[in-house]
Amino acid sequence: MARKYREIGKAGWGYTAITTIVGFIYFSPVFWIILTAFKTRRDALAVPPKLFFTPTLDNFMSVFYRTSITTGNSQATDMGLYFFNSIFIAFTSVGLAIILGTLAAYAFSRFPLKGNDTYLFIILTTRMMPPIVVIIPIFLMFRLTGLAGSYWGIMLLYTAFNIPFSVWLIKSFFDELNPEIEDAARMDGSSERRVFFGFCIPQILAGLAATFVFGLILTWNEFLFALLLTGVETRTVPVAMARTLGGEVGVDYGLLAAIVTLFLIPIFFVTFLLQNQLLRGVTFGTVKK
Amino acid sequence: MADVAKKQGGFGAWLFDPKRRGALLVTPAIVVLFVMNIFPLMWSFGLSFFNYKASSLKVPTFRGLSNYERVLSDERVWERFQTTALIVGSSVLMQLVIGFLLALMFAKVFPMRRIVLMLVLTPMMLSFVSVGVFFKLFYEPTFGIVSYVINFFTEDHFVLLGSPGGAIAGIVIADAWMWSPFVMLLVLAGLVSVPKYLYEAAEIDRASKWRTFRTITFPYIKSLLLLAVLFRTIETFKLFDIVYIITEGGPGSSTETIAVYLYRTAFQFFKTSQSSALAYIVLFIVIVLTNLYLYAVNQRAEEID
Repeated sequence: MARKYREIGKAGWGYTAITTIVGFIYFSPVFWIILTAFKTRRDALAVPPKLFFTPTLDNFMSVFYRTSITTGNSQATDMGLYFFNSIFIAFTSVGLAIILGTLAAYAFSRFPLKGNDTYLFIILTTRMMPPIVVIIPIFLMFRLTGLAGSYWGIMLLYTAFNIPFSVWLIKSFFDELNPEIEDAARMDGSSERRVFFGFCIPQILAGLAATFVFGLILTWNEFLFALLLTGVETRTVPVAMARTLGGEVGVDYGLLAAIVTLFLIPIFFVTFLLQNQLLRGVTFGTVKK
Repeated sequence: MADVAKKQGGFGAWLFDPKRRGALLVTPAIVVLFVMNIFPLMWSFGLSFFNYKASSLKVPTFRGLSNYERVLSDERVWERFQTTALIVGSSVLMQLVIGFLLALMFAKVFPMRRIVLMLVLTPMMLSFVSVGVFFKLFYEPTFGIVSYVINFFTEDHFVLLGSPGGAIAGIVIADAWMWSPFVMLLVLAGLVSVPKYLYEAAEIDRASKWRTFRTITFPYIKSLLLLAVLFRTIETFKLFDIVYIITEGGPGSSTETIAVYLYRTAFQFFKTSQSSALAYIVLFIVIVLTNLYLYAVNQRAEEID
């Protein structure tokens, strides 16, 4: 019997070796980008492309410090600020979307409104539409209200961007809970607040984590809205990446690769920690525990 | 909360009445969505009936449906739709095949699975800008690693992005590479949900591998596959950044997707109203696809129940 079980779903170290090889082939473009981050400008564009070279940390240095060619003075770049902006904006807006989404999802699940499904459909449609449909009105609106270039503007926009998925996902987690337990708690005299915070929320923590990872991956790299709606102070890393592309000397691949590599680290770790939850996230919570 | 308010009476009592609890909880989310999405959406709907240009100060005049007429009778628009359909079709197909194979590979439990899985998941976490720039570098005839490897075997000078077909292939490969892991996650979720005892029963019956797959595995992942197709179709339909960076729509206009065309109409030619009209046609298509998507989600939910 033990052998049979192994055949169905378990494999040993040999299998790990095979999957690692396949996984690494899949990963190789990312690996090449990371290698490029350690290359000098000459090595990055060497013919033929170099796999072995003397690594340098210069690119990582020049992400944060720029040395003037003429005077030799070293000057701090704003990249530190952009990293802070990206992390702050993404985490705050995903967090806000989850709070608002949880409240709404609880209502949609437990106290259905008239036309419940219509509301849910409209909410989802706002997420599916091409961003270009709304970008001009939002641009005009932000300019009129002074939200353009502020943290609040872009964060509210990203919050709105994340609400639809949050509502749908979290609702599916609430739907899986047994409402009879909640009713029993109400009978015993628990307040609505206690039912919500004491019974429902603790049971869907995994679901909230899934929503968080999912939202974070989608928000982390958002480019178009960030390009048009952030200012000098609130610029995010993807926009800063695109700005390194210009210039007369061509793309500085080493520098760009260094930014990409650094920018990958936070999201990589969050995903690694919450990997099991992500599995649920992408299926809209349709897979039961 | 409701009880306290009831004792006080007045507006608080009205607001926190248990009958309104649902509406009250939904309100904050709806307000944010309304301000940031629905209101701008209505605004651009209005614009699509005028001849507004964001670059000029002239007072816009009402044009009725003429923007829609112009967009729908424009041959270029239909060409862009065809290009988009070609890219969406081939990319989604590729994502399905690769995602499916990867999922089969990761459906087993093996040592270090969590870490190996991260190798495959990473492309999804890269920004479109960086994927675009570096794939363009990989394809570059002189410096690119892909061109180098191919030249090594063929001794030919390999230029991928020079021809329309090659340029489309270049975009499709980059997009499919980035998003196959997403399909993998969906299929994996389906594979994990197959009850173990079904496989055990199949083994006792000595059913062949193919038969086991067709009669047990496939029914469980069928609707998730459909879900993956629809979700990726909707997303790829909006593909903009990668195309814009890798080919800028070229050579000629052979890789100009509808999203790139929209961007050009709106921000290079500043035909704001015309782009709004086209955007609404795109939105209509997306709504139809969303409906199909929801249908798939519901199917899945019913199957599970």
